[in-house]
Amino acid sequence: MKQTLAVTWMNLRSLPSRYMTSLVVVVGIALVVGVLVAMLSMSKGFEHTLKGTGSESRALMLSAGVTAELSSYIDPQMVPLLREMPGIRRDAAGKPLASAELLVITELRRGDGDVNVALRGVEPAGMTIRPEVKLVEGRLFKSGLRELIAGRSATRQFSGINVGSKLQFRGSEWDVVGIFESDGDAHESELWTDADTARSAFGRPGASAILAQFDTSTPPAVALQTLKAAVAADPRFQIDVLGERDYYSSQSQGVTDNINFITVFITVIMAFGAVFGALNTMYSAVAARQIEIATLRAIGFSGLPVMVSVLAESVALALIGGLIGAGCAWLLFDGLTTATLGQNFTQVAFSFAVTPALVARGLSWALGIGLIGGFFPALKAIRQPVAEALRGA
Amino acid sequence: MSAIVSLHNVVKTYTRGKQTVEVLHNLSIEIAQGDFVALMGPSGSGKTTLLNLIGGLDRPSKGEVNVAGERIDQLSSGQLAKWRARHVGFVFQFYNLMPMLSAERNVELPLLLTNLSSARRKQNVQAALAVVGLAERAKHKPAELSGGQAQRVAIARALVADPTLLVCDEPTGDLDRTTADEILHLLQMLNKDHGKTIVMVTHDPKAAEFASHQLHLDKGQLVEGSVHA
Repeated sequence: MKQTLAVTWMNLRSLPSRYMTSLVVVVGIALVVGVLVAMLSMSKGFEHTLKGTGSESRALMLSAGVTAELSSYIDPQMVPLLREMPGIRRDAAGKPLASAELLVITELRRGDGDVNVALRGVEPAGMTIRPEVKLVEGRLFKSGLRELIAGRSATRQFSGINVGSKLQFRGSEWDVVGIFESDGDAHESELWTDADTARSAFGRPGASAILAQFDTSTPPAVALQTLKAAVAADPRFQIDVLGERDYYSSQSQGVTDNINFITVFITVIMAFGAVFGALNTMYSAVAARQIEIATLRAIGFSGLPVMVSVLAESVALALIGGLIGAGCAWLLFDGLTTATLGQNFTQVAFSFAVTPALVARGLSWALGIGLIGGFFPALKAIRQPVAEALRGA
Repeated sequence: MSAIVSLHNVVKTYTRGKQTVEVLHNLSIEIAQGDFVALMGPSGSGKTTLLNLIGGLDRPSKGEVNVAGERIDQLSSGQLAKWRARHVGFVFQFYNLMPMLSAERNVELPLLLTNLSSARRKQNVQAALAVVGLAERAKHKPAELSGGQAQRVAIARALVADPTLLVCDEPTGDLDRTTADEILHLLQMLNKDHGKTIVMVTHDPKAAEFASHQLHLDKGQLVEGSVHA
């Protein structure tokens, strides 16, 4: 142990004299980790936004077999029947707390062209059963008028959406009368209006989905099963019932899987380059220290401390590179808000999230590159005959 | 005196490409404990190869090498490293000090392979530096020392663990005449006053005169000398 620490310390102290070659490893690995962490932070941010949407105490009813709210349509005759299903909570007046909502895509002009924005028609119960939704500016839309409220992320992402501004779509002018926040979830990228107004404007009398709050007398999981069973047992319905949170989690899956796949693919290619950079640098380092290493071995130091010292140098450089890469990703991307297409082909605004877990993942890649890049040069350092190495051959 | 180094019918061959070169041919020598031997000969005569075999840095292709009572040609690499740490102190032509370490840290290196406490190591380092006359330069790094001072530090490093044998490869090859003579006087003092057995390779006949005996090698064979089997 004493030997290993002494040789490793000596090796690390000699690093400044080899800073140019060492820089190759640091920069190469910083790039790998930077790209990895930045891309995964995008996926993590998107996943966080969608998984943070919804509540375990609510269910979403969609037409059977569809995977997204936008492609779902519930016949208007079925809506009142579905509201009366067991497991749904009722208000003081005995009315079910369920909101039959219409979700449609509308085109809005942004600086660089038209973008798709989700417009949600919400019934009064839709506001009641979503306590996370808070009106932070202006007022709520009025029924029967072309008025809407906009999510906070939508105002940041799309130009010209403020209280008092007017938006043109479906051949008429819509007044923005309020701004709402909902804990940064996917709804904040939407525009909301009165459900009946939306149905009339878009000529769709039914609903995309019914959002219902569970009866509080039973645990949410039990209430969900009750509701599912009741709907499945009624031959009039072709409806799927999902927990709201499960639905939004599943919505993030496809996009995050794609981002993760591309990230790993790019990172593996870059990591190959970084490994060769590290190998080259560490072979140079071993060559530069050949006589020092041989002298230590002549004095009686065994191969293990020498090997550990070379690996420690490689790993130290890799971790420095990894920290720089992760640090740059954090500085440049953490909290950066952008938008991507959700599965509904609407813009979903989200923030990049450079989490400690992502940094740890980036550093583990750096560690792996450092270990591989240092292993073979370390092996060379201890395999070369001492007498030959002392001659500098 | 008993032989501390004994080589019997030693052959050493190297393979360079497709060629096999025999550097030492059936060489047999003995060196007595407390002797100071100079190995001389022209370039390529095999003197450094012989020194490497005696110092346990290399193994013979054939034959026996007994040093300090152990048959070292049969030891594994790990065993040989431990054996060198216990029995051999090396002095190289270009000093081979660690540039990032101070003189005292360089001298301490062989002691890191022992079980001595930090305080005891410090004590031994100071004693070794005092023997070579460099106690006041203990904190200096190799770049801050002259060639002669650097070689003295290297000698202190070779001495500090009290090895059985000092193996010196052209210890004055990089020094001017005056400094070289100071180093050779130091080696002579270590041999005479401290009883250290020294084997030294040198090209320099004047350096060889400081030794008690001279061995001359040519084409891998002993051609003359007062110490041989």
